[in-house]
Amino acid sequence: MKFQPKDFKSDQYVRWCPGCGDHAVLSCVHKAMAEQGVAPENIAVISGIGCSSRLPYYMNSYGFHTIHGRGAAIATGVKTANPALNVWLMTGDGDCLAIGGNHFIHAVRRNVDINIVLFNNKIYGLTKGQYSPTSDRGVITKSSPFGTVEDPFVPAELALGARGNFFARVIDVDLKNTTDVLAASARHKGTSVVEVLVNCVIFNDGIHKRITDKEFRSDRTIVLRHGEKMRFGRDNEKGIVLDGLRLKAVTIGQDGYTLEDVLVHDAHETGVALHLMLSLMGGDMPVALGVIRDVEAPAYDECVERQIASVRSGNPVRTLHDLLMTGEVWEVKE
Amino acid sequence: MAEQTKVVTLEKVVVRFSGDSGDGMQLTGTIFSYLSAILGNDISTFPDFPAEIRAPQGSLSGVSGFQVHLGSRKIFTPGDKADVLVAMNPAALKVNVNYLKPYAIVIVDIDSFQKSDLEKAQFTTDDPFTELGLTGIQLVAAPISTMVKNGLSEFGLDTKSAVRCKNMFALGLVCWLFDRPLDEAMYKLQSKFAKKPPIARANIKALSDGYNYGCNIHASVSTYRIESKKSAPGFYTDINGNKATSYGLIAAAEKAGLQLFLGSYPITPATDILQELAARKELGVKALQFEDEIAGICTAIGAAFAGSLAATSTSGPGLALKSEAIGLAVIAELPLVVIDVQRGGPSTGLPTKSEQTDLLQALYGRNGESPVVVIAASTPTDCFDAAFWAGKLALEHMTPVILLTDSFIANGSSAWRIPNLEAYPEIKPKYVSEYKDEKPWKAYRRDPETFVRYWAVPGTPGFAHRIGGLEKDYDTGSISTEPLNHQKMVATRQAKIDKIAGFIPELEVLGDVRDAELLLIGWGGTYGHLSEALEIMRENGKKVALAHFRFINPLPKNTADVLHRYKKVVVAEQNSGQFANYLRSKVPGFNPDKFNRIKGQPFVVARLVEEFTKLLEA
Repeated sequence: MKFQPKDFKSDQYVRWCPGCGDHAVLSCVHKAMAEQGVAPENIAVISGIGCSSRLPYYMNSYGFHTIHGRGAAIATGVKTANPALNVWLMTGDGDCLAIGGNHFIHAVRRNVDINIVLFNNKIYGLTKGQYSPTSDRGVITKSSPFGTVEDPFVPAELALGARGNFFARVIDVDLKNTTDVLAASARHKGTSVVEVLVNCVIFNDGIHKRITDKEFRSDRTIVLRHGEKMRFGRDNEKGIVLDGLRLKAVTIGQDGYTLEDVLVHDAHETGVALHLMLSLMGGDMPVALGVIRDVEAPAYDECVERQIASVRSGNPVRTLHDLLMTGEVWEVKE
Repeated sequence: MAEQTKVVTLEKVVVRFSGDSGDGMQLTGTIFSYLSAILGNDISTFPDFPAEIRAPQGSLSGVSGFQVHLGSRKIFTPGDKADVLVAMNPAALKVNVNYLKPYAIVIVDIDSFQKSDLEKAQFTTDDPFTELGLTGIQLVAAPISTMVKNGLSEFGLDTKSAVRCKNMFALGLVCWLFDRPLDEAMYKLQSKFAKKPPIARANIKALSDGYNYGCNIHASVSTYRIESKKSAPGFYTDINGNKATSYGLIAAAEKAGLQLFLGSYPITPATDILQELAARKELGVKALQFEDEIAGICTAIGAAFAGSLAATSTSGPGLALKSEAIGLAVIAELPLVVIDVQRGGPSTGLPTKSEQTDLLQALYGRNGESPVVVIAASTPTDCFDAAFWAGKLALEHMTPVILLTDSFIANGSSAWRIPNLEAYPEIKPKYVSEYKDEKPWKAYRRDPETFVRYWAVPGTPGFAHRIGGLEKDYDTGSISTEPLNHQKMVATRQAKIDKIAGFIPELEVLGDVRDAELLLIGWGGTYGHLSEALEIMRENGKKVALAHFRFINPLPKNTADVLHRYKKVVVAEQNSGQFANYLRSKVPGFNPDKFNRIKGQPFVVARLVEEFTKLLEA
């Protein structure tokens, strides 16, 4: 069946602030869903609490806006109860990594087939500007008037540390890549995590500017594509090479580096070391975008179903009465 | 051959098996109960074990007990005091000395009464029986360890494994005492140790040796005969409360034609429900352990949204963790069963002991106005019906239902007639396919009679909708902060629960319904003790009645009538008066006497009779 993005839009007025990055992501979600070709009634969009968690109301699918941090657990229940549904979780850096950190890592570890879209604006927006678990050390916010004295989580590190099999990163301003990556995450069987770097125009404006700004974007980010050379730069003149046990950004043709030396991205590699190194790039290195890791592994919800099927195949008991009569039973006669 | 010993025919007898927590007393008690049940005795059991898995050997804190009450007539409780005590060591003797009837038979493994054993149990003399003031008992001091070792000398077992069979020797001896044939016990042991035939054989040998020892000792103790009880015809099995709860949920799912989903997390004393349902894959049950209590309920809420009969199982501390999520199920109006197997609190409290202290938490322990249905099971077998009702009300009224059981009935067992599910009521959720109004359907459109919102399960074309924890508009189902709408939604959610009173049975009064001078009121797991107290008082010529509540919120429709019908009323419960105060808030002018015990132990029937009689005569 063919679907259009409008088939996934609800009639609700979108209440995010004008200029918020979430608008762009919503539009990409509509497009990605049209692309995956699943009917709206077979999609369940779950969310926790926070600005991004309002997203289910703007979908014309089944949706459940739940409680703070628990979206991953609720989505796990939805998918496990009915694996035929296409289940998405919309969550933010506070919802997912602070109050919901435990459910997030366990959902990822379990590899339940849900698509997690993690809106990372490094701030609590809905409560009006407190620091989040992804806020940089030292940042001054309403709840850290003298700067934070703690290090942030890097979502990729957490997801891969929890043995995640799919991790991607995108920026809100790159609609094309965001749509493609969301579609890829939907195709992945198992938990997929897409970190979207979004701008909070009110409380953290420009937080990702260093990499999202058109002027620097091609030099400060690299879009990874499976099977392709890791190249970036305005004219694709730069690449990532392995230098000993470290990654290094080089200019092709300089310092003796040729195109041959540039690494080819293998998202399907089961070993996590290179994916982790790529996802931690920043500073002098370009920030990695695109699908960083996409490895096949058994999905939890399928395993649950398979186990039930296998037990049933060897056991004729089908009703409670059957079960009770096979136990230790005695009869009292008239 | 044995001399002809004195045979006493009794209506009821209480046997308590007691030993170190590693001595296998739970298994011994379970098998003995089962043997009695299949011979047609009514039974009620009470496993009483320490929170520590293995406390220091021989210590007072490590004593594990299993009490069974059997009789030729209806047995309501595991009994206050024992007619027969098996004490495998001095600590077990000491811990149970206050739970013995005069002239009780006390069987001890005298090999375990060495000086060091006595010291571990903090005896100061070398004569524990005199030290405890035990006179008038019928003592059977059997060298159980030695006889077991000797009896198994040709089995090629190491000493430790051999001595481990001493519980079966004790069981054999008790079987002799009660004239119980050993075949079924042997069969049980064979199936329990099916994968270890040498261990099965050793246990069976010890069992027979114990029985033969009884025949041969020329003991001057009396033996007992308990006549078979006339039970309703049918098939019976021995069941504990946690198992019955699990089966009640399965039955509700079967009746509703739905998949049963349990999201849970291990917690004493509720873990058995998770374990039982996790094993029921052949019935298609999805019972899964998640990362914490909150994930347990949240996965269940997700499953409810997705169209399952969803449940979560826990105890008091876990219920506290789940309260925010219960509120979500209240406002989202999703069907959900929350089972709280109550234990001693607050905080970690007394994890293996029983009380009824979570009632107010169940009724009110959430933010906002968030009414839920609260049901309490009264006996181990009643857990089945109570869980069935919980599933039925949750599904048909789109609401969370909290089912309260407690450690006492969860672990206690009794004989249960396997129910005919066809005799149970239908369970028909109000699906969106039944929506007939002219106005287009929206997520919170309700049945005009019951105020139940129609259930549109994801995957149903044409009914995609969004729900959530934010207040919604009564008509459109969109987010709303409109003042009058909120007032209306609060009132509607409350009215939806209140209306359930029209769908549950009325409160039943037992005993001297018409002319009781004292009405006993109870709820939940104290039913057995209150019933027995009622029976004894009526035998003593008192005019007494009992009203025992299963439905707590909403209360049965005739509650106020019943409460006002009797001059004197006493509410007995294992807390500081939670139900009494709740009833006072619901029934104007109701001012009962209260009987409250919070010791982590079941009521003592004799105390109930004494206190209630005093009240009557006051």
